[in-house]
Amino acid sequence: MSYVKSLRCKECHTDYALGPLTVCDNDFGPLEVAYDYEAMKGKVTRASIEAGPRSLWRYKDLLPIEGEPKAGFNSGFTPLIKADRLAAELGVKELYIKDDSANYPSFSYKDRVVSVALTKAIEFGFDTVGCASTGNLAHSVAAHAAAAGLRAFVMIPDDLEEGKVVGSLVFGPRMVKIKGNYDDVNRLCSQIADKYNWAIVNVNLRPYYTEGAKTHGFEIAEQMGWRLPQHTVSPVAGGTILPKIYKAYKEFITLGLVEDNSPKIYGAQADGCNPVVKALREGQELFHPQKPNTIAKSIAIGNPADGYYVIQDIKESGGWGESASDQEILDAVKLLARTEGIFTEPAGGTTLACTIKLIQSGKIPRDESICVCITGNGLKTVEVMQGQFATSPAINAKMSEFNELVSQLEETHTTPSPRPTPTA
Amino acid sequence: MSDTVTVRIPSALRPQIGDQESLDVAGGTVGEVLGSLNTQYPDFGKRLYKGENEINRFINIYVNDEDIRFMENLQTPLKPGDEVSIVPAIAGG
Repeated sequence: MSYVKSLRCKECHTDYALGPLTVCDNDFGPLEVAYDYEAMKGKVTRASIEAGPRSLWRYKDLLPIEGEPKAGFNSGFTPLIKADRLAAELGVKELYIKDDSANYPSFSYKDRVVSVALTKAIEFGFDTVGCASTGNLAHSVAAHAAAAGLRAFVMIPDDLEEGKVVGSLVFGPRMVKIKGNYDDVNRLCSQIADKYNWAIVNVNLRPYYTEGAKTHGFEIAEQMGWRLPQHTVSPVAGGTILPKIYKAYKEFITLGLVEDNSPKIYGAQADGCNPVVKALREGQELFHPQKPNTIAKSIAIGNPADGYYVIQDIKESGGWGESASDQEILDAVKLLARTEGIFTEPAGGTTLACTIKLIQSGKIPRDESICVCITGNGLKTVEVMQGQFATSPAINAKMSEFNELVSQLEETHTTPSPRPTPTA
Repeated sequence: MSDTVTVRIPSALRPQIGDQESLDVAGGTVGEVLGSLNTQYPDFGKRLYKGENEINRFINIYVNDEDIRFMENLQTPLKPGDEVSIVPAIAGG
């Protein structure tokens, strides 16, 4: 049984029957899935969720599918790390990393949204799925489509990292490289969706697709022991995940599954593509689009269609936005790797770099719980890290050469401090 | 050479405009072209505009594939043969 009521326009609240629709006929406002929370009370409980599978489908009652899941059986339920070594380095009390770089099967948060979108595509009877992507979504759509036996078209900018291109191609999708940036790809995709009867997951299945992002927030709350972090920092690209983490927190509060601690949400962008952060700084409700220029290609979206809602939710929650330079992003990638053993892509570096700046500026207090949302894996974007490390020459298999090298490496590498004893 | 520009209409707005995929319209700026469509097809205009001179924020307008917000918005000048595309804003990533 499903608790889904309708698709509802976020602007004028007109209700529509469930279908592959994406915008309201009246005002072009985005459609969002509406649920019957009253009917869930007493039925969707901590115990009912804990009894579910160790995947994002444990939150099936809060997702817009009608029958059983048809894709992503092993996606989600990624680690939540209590990052004590990083916390000590940053001088904060309680810090968590929600690590979707370990998501299955394609190592980014996109496995969440695609699991839901492909289940809906199959429910609606589509045989072809597609997406406009900065790389991670293409990777995820291609992988899930292969497993589900669907034909896939993935549309990407022509300048993506090799890891993301090969990581998608291996699954056999029809890949279309488009000259231009993501915003050009996205515009073309909305015209393609208009003409071809395909399930383009982030276009005509967008209301369902975006709901999958809530599971990132549900997991944070459950894995923290059914409570919410006081401060959550999320990357902002097209503007899907941040509002959905916030929605997830609000749904758990509505259902009485967590205490309402007025959670604050913060948006992280790269300096070279920060339309939302700029609008927040300038006190604007609407952002002005930008031409992206950053190494954080997976979040290089200059015209985020949900940017308006990101700005609204950040303001409503009492959070803020920050952006980081390319060097700050690379330094944060290295810091996370060095302190917690997690290798994220530049988007994750952006989120951590912005968290650090928000702590340093006092926007995020040092003595309250903080969660950093890491949404992608660094092994897909290794080329950006080239030249970032001291490398040593190859040696002959002789102990004398090894002994000499050991002393050299002691000079170029710092010795890590032990993991601190948890205080909380 | 014709002195009109071609306006491409998304499927969601076609019912309000006689089910046409594109129209040839005269006008020297984006605002003039869309304004004349607004006069001719008020139901279309009601969805395209928010208030008098502001485009609905969920709709993006492109001239020859460039977003008019990178140019002069509704004042962006047009020359005969230009293509104006009306595209609903769609999120992704």
